[in-house]
Amino acid sequence: MNSVLELRGVAKEFPGHRAVDSVSLTLERGGFYALLGPSGCGKTTTLRMIGGFEQPTSGEVVLNGAVVNGLKPWQRDVCTVFQNYALFPHLTALRNVEFGLRERGVRDSEARAMKALELVQLAGKRANLPAQLSGGEKQRVALARSLVLEPQLLLLDEPLAALDPGLRKQMRAELKAMQRQTGITFLFVTHDQEEALSMSDFLAVMNKGRIEQFGTAEDVYLRPATAFVAGFLGAINWFGGAGVRPESTRVSREQPDGVPGRRGSVESLLFLGNCIHLNAKLDDGARAVAELSREENDFREGEPVWIHWRACDEMRFK
Amino acid sequence: MSARSWYLLPARVWMAIFFAAPLGIVCAYSFLTRGDYGGVEQPWTIENYTRLADPLYLTILWRSLWIAGLATALCALLGFPLALFIARSGRYRNLLLQLVLLPFWTSFLVRTYAWLFILRDTGLINTILLRLHLIAAPLQFLYNDGAVLLGLVYNFLPFFVLPMYATLERLDVALLEAAADLGARPFATLRRVVIPISAPGIAAGSVLVFIPCLGAYLTPDLLGGGKSVMLGNLVQNQFTNARDWPFGSAASLLLMLASALLLAALMRSRVAQELM
Amino acid sequence: MNRRALAVYSAAALAFLHLPLLVLIAFSFNSGRFTVWEGFSLHWYREAFADRQLSEGLANSLIIALVAAPLSTVIGTLAAYGMWKRQARVLSGTLYLSLVTPEIVTGVSLLALFQWTFRFLRLPLGLHTVIVAHVAFSIAYVAIVISARLRNYDRSLEEAALDLGASEWGAFLRVTLPILAPAIAAAGLLALVVSFDDYVITSLVAGVDSETLPMAIYAMARRGVSPVVNAVSALIVVAFGLLILVSQRLQDK
Repeated sequence: MNSVLELRGVAKEFPGHRAVDSVSLTLERGGFYALLGPSGCGKTTTLRMIGGFEQPTSGEVVLNGAVVNGLKPWQRDVCTVFQNYALFPHLTALRNVEFGLRERGVRDSEARAMKALELVQLAGKRANLPAQLSGGEKQRVALARSLVLEPQLLLLDEPLAALDPGLRKQMRAELKAMQRQTGITFLFVTHDQEEALSMSDFLAVMNKGRIEQFGTAEDVYLRPATAFVAGFLGAINWFGGAGVRPESTRVSREQPDGVPGRRGSVESLLFLGNCIHLNAKLDDGARAVAELSREENDFREGEPVWIHWRACDEMRFK
Repeated sequence: MSARSWYLLPARVWMAIFFAAPLGIVCAYSFLTRGDYGGVEQPWTIENYTRLADPLYLTILWRSLWIAGLATALCALLGFPLALFIARSGRYRNLLLQLVLLPFWTSFLVRTYAWLFILRDTGLINTILLRLHLIAAPLQFLYNDGAVLLGLVYNFLPFFVLPMYATLERLDVALLEAAADLGARPFATLRRVVIPISAPGIAAGSVLVFIPCLGAYLTPDLLGGGKSVMLGNLVQNQFTNARDWPFGSAASLLLMLASALLLAALMRSRVAQELM
Repeated sequence: MNRRALAVYSAAALAFLHLPLLVLIAFSFNSGRFTVWEGFSLHWYREAFADRQLSEGLANSLIIALVAAPLSTVIGTLAAYGMWKRQARVLSGTLYLSLVTPEIVTGVSLLALFQWTFRFLRLPLGLHTVIVAHVAFSIAYVAIVISARLRNYDRSLEEAALDLGASEWGAFLRVTLPILAPAIAAAGLLALVVSFDDYVITSLVAGVDSETLPMAIYAMARRGVSPVVNAVSALIVVAFGLLILVSQRLQDK
């Protein structure tokens, strides 16, 4: 059994609504996984059930081959990095990291905690209280605090949500590197599809308590299983029953032959720095967005154009 | 004087005349001497204060301190779990708080009398014990330090629970989950996370109990009889029966000073500022 | 944390807080004189209403409370408002001190003051001295209630009134005061209860002819066993409870 985590038909009912509806998932050891979905889709609840903070109403949570349903958080070999880090305000960074080790009665706890702090490059801040740390630093301490216990699985609840956008990009790379370096399986929860796509080896897209698709970033983006997944992972134009990504959507003045297309006019042009988004209003009233490079764009607002794409770029769903 | 000061004027005048000035008079009296017929006259002296060092009065001082201290400790011990429970009770929080405060909103005299009713020789407990043939003659529950302690804890428990609740209620649940996640069982979480973080609340609640307990008068008077004399009783006695106002003033000032210092310490702390 | 253990403990703690009063009230209906239940009776209530000392005490307490409470409410409200507009550290410190000062100390100091003024004004102790004392210690309670309400009060309301031409006093009178009305009523009720309940300070400054209800009760309690005290206590508990309940409701507005 090489899977570190298995969820078998796990469900969670709260009075009034079904937060998680029969979720099944298998995570292999050493991977970087993501649970992606809009708020309210049940991803955080699922994470909390794995961590032991909620009990499933049905289904089994299997860790390392053993069913852990009844076990409390302190009995599970799983650690969680909380969304707001939950650093103990009365303890220094070092003591925070050392917390779990001291609980276990490990003798060289302080040395190990120091090593973990060095791993996240915060050795110099070991005597600082959480109030004296920046957002990014707090996140790294929280990470070190969990990693030092060498859990089977590390859960991260929207780890980058509270950070500034610039810092977020930097932390993505650092988290990825950390995971590779330690070899610990990471499962993180996010509503940001860019984050999920860029960091994870495999991701599960959740909606309304169910997993709609589980696969690699490529699978999910290029071959979405449902319309929801297609729309959530990136922008998508709907032409009747067919969905086409903006980067696969082309614009021309003449009617193209041999490929599907629609007529319309240019409504606006958005300069995004590295590319242009051309918003078109189609004759039938619908709207479409085409992504053009700076060179490709020589259109004006109000111009009549033809929107077209290759049939093989269409995504159709039942 | 700006227009805004007018609003403050009535209060300032009233408090100056009927709170500050009286205290000033008492302060002055404490340095004067008892007259032959119980009045207050010169010479100025510090004898009243040195008299407080007399073993007889030191006993009273000491009793006041340890009863107040013990009452505070008991209120903290008994009140903390209660405050914790209420803080975790979600939508029942307000209801539970009201329940804790409800007895407080009745008369202090009535509350103290209730224990008199229960503990006296013909009181409820003795009656029950006699009926059950567990004792042959009524037990003496009243007129000792223990009864006073009971009365104080009963009356001032809400004074601890309220600020303690305020502190615990603001404790981030994620911290508790993090501790559990890192391997701490509930008791370890309590010991290593909850109590250290809520220590300022514990201190604030303790001060809010200690100060009134130190200056207690009615409780030791009713429940302690003449047997459990605290500073408050001493002061009252000096101003009425003993008619030694200078000495009573010195004792009052001592009490006042202790209360004021503790209050100042409390006000300095951040917790107090958040609570008030 | 073992939730059930905490719940059981809390139930016990709450029982501890409430049982003595419930016992007191229950036995006020006991036809017997002691703590052996002999049957239901309203006998003691009849005696309580018939007792002269109690009636006089009640009358005095009412007079005092109904004069002191409005007075302290007005003074306290103005003070809280003034302190909200601009910081007044000495006054707020004094008010907090008055809350924390042991009643016995406040009482004897007022006694000293009255005795001192007696020499010059020939004013004996009586209802007036009690009223004055009650106002003095109630102001702080009123100020706390009003201050709490003002903390959530939007300053820009008064500024808007000023902008529209009102004077500072006019803004206070026509905008702030109506909004504060429930809190003022709540504070007034609190002042009533606090005044009605006071024993320590009152007993020191009351003088011979102005015995209040608490003083009468105290005297009865000291004399010995009498369920009349239970009956009076029960009535007080209910009365205070209602007043405070109304006061809390008003504060929530």
